Amino acid sequence: MKNKKYIHLENISKTYKDGFRALENINLSIKEGEIFALLGPNGAGKTTLINIVCGLVYSSSGQITVNNINFNKNTKKVKSLIGLVPQELSLEAFETVFNNVSYTRGLYGKKKNKVLIEKILKKLSLWGKKDTILNNLSGGMKRRVLIAKSLSHEPKILFLDEPSAGVDVELRREMWKVIKELKKSGVTIILTTHYIEEAEAIADRIGVINNGKIILVEDKNKLMQRMGQKKLVIDLHDSIRSIPSELSKYNLKLSKNKKQLIFAYDKGSNDTKITSLLNSMQKINIILKDINTRQSSLENIFVNLLKGTKA
Amino acid sequence: MNWLAIRAIYHHEMDRMRRTVFQSILSPILSTSLYFIVFGSAIGSRIPVIEGVSYGSFIVPGLIMLSLLTLSISNGSFSIFFPKFNGTIYELMAAPISSIEILIGFVGATSTKSILVGVLIIITSSFFVKLEIAHPFFMMFFLITTAVTFSLFGFIIGVWADNFEKLQLIPLIIITPLVFLGGSFYSINMLPVFWQNVSMFNPVLYLVSGFRWSFYEVSDVNVFTSIITIVCILISCILITLLIFKKGYNLRN
Repeated sequence: MKNKKYIHLENISKTYKDGFRALENINLSIKEGEIFALLGPNGAGKTTLINIVCGLVYSSSGQITVNNINFNKNTKKVKSLIGLVPQELSLEAFETVFNNVSYTRGLYGKKKNKVLIEKILKKLSLWGKKDTILNNLSGGMKRRVLIAKSLSHEPKILFLDEPSAGVDVELRREMWKVIKELKKSGVTIILTTHYIEEAEAIADRIGVINNGKIILVEDKNKLMQRMGQKKLVIDLHDSIRSIPSELSKYNLKLSKNKKQLIFAYDKGSNDTKITSLLNSMQKINIILKDINTRQSSLENIFVNLLKGTKA
Repeated sequence: MNWLAIRAIYHHEMDRMRRTVFQSILSPILSTSLYFIVFGSAIGSRIPVIEGVSYGSFIVPGLIMLSLLTLSISNGSFSIFFPKFNGTIYELMAAPISSIEILIGFVGATSTKSILVGVLIIITSSFFVKLEIAHPFFMMFFLITTAVTFSLFGFIIGVWADNFEKLQLIPLIIITPLVFLGGSFYSINMLPVFWQNVSMFNPVLYLVSGFRWSFYEVSDVNVFTSIITIVCILISCILITLLIFKKGYNLRN
């Protein structure tokens, strides 16, 4: 049975020396084997939170347990479970790809494993560059090397801090594929991202952090269903001057070109009123050209959450 | 003890030396050879024998100490400053390695490089002057403990420094003068009494003197004072380094 509190953070706070309070009483549980996306604006505390769990930053207070192991009591054991892809492209400049990835494996106390490193590099399309000096790689390739390094010791948990920063669309999608494959193999993945599209595409659950506080944690699909609004866009055959009085009881808007009626409705409601709207339109002889629906994106939800308003 | 991690750090650092073989190995040997030509042959021929040892031979231990100290400090400081500078320090901090394991890896590699250079300088100097090693065990003791101690000292500087200027500051304005004024090229008995007394406050004097004693059985200070001095500096450096790791000073926020 999978652990629902695989990574468990209890009252984690962080105040930097200059007095800046980066995190305030963070309580968060990550389930084993899930992809958890942590969203938040710049300076929200995402990286600080990741760095605390990875042992790069000391928390000011609070407890962390990973797979029921207390971080402070058995730091080495917890760290050995974690792989980290940092936000910055921090790499040794003059080392080859293969040696650098192997070095990271060694740091985790694992014996050399050329076969595994070859497999990882091939999966990340880096095998052809194995003898290339890191300084000679493009930004996207360096990002992939960082992922390869984080996987070199076969971690059970992978933290990806802005993995798509500075990466083109094609490579981003390739990375999503790799992340999904890792999830299938049982790795628990926590990623921070600015690309809402990324969280929408791969995350199982979403956490939103702002001003050092977690303001929401929810299953992605439920969140989008709960907070996402749907819109029915009706293309009219002929333009109309205004919304007919027979349709005034519906929450309708007329487009600027007067040729579209937009009906906002709650997808979760028992009666969306779509049928009665279409019947009413038929009664007053409005001829339809096309119909389509639009779901508000995670981005809309995120923006509205930060504004403190419901989408 | 995570020996595989220690080995990984050690080999990683030694690889850096292999990539920069001229800077790491050939350069100190070349500069030492130049010292022999200038001080040993050109000037040394006009300086009388010091305590029964020719000037050329007399300066060999001092020259080795000069290289040992400067290389240990520069390699030690660079080994930790560079990961801080390029951001790769995150790997060390995130990996399941203890402070002592990181220290053994880094300081082990830095000391190995310094000892290697020291031995190569001894071999090089044998081409220029007649060389005797009266106490090989003590010679190796001073060589190894000095390399380890000043590699640790360099490590501390590397952690403390947050820019390239600070990295060079202590080696240039403190260590180099101490080495030059620590009897590397002369016996302090050649100085006026006042400066002889001042020299006694220079810890490098004790290292050079002890090291020279292991070659020719001549020294400016008692050899056991030299041994106690280097052991005290070594213990101080170990304690400071462990404190740095415990507090995360300049390594973790």
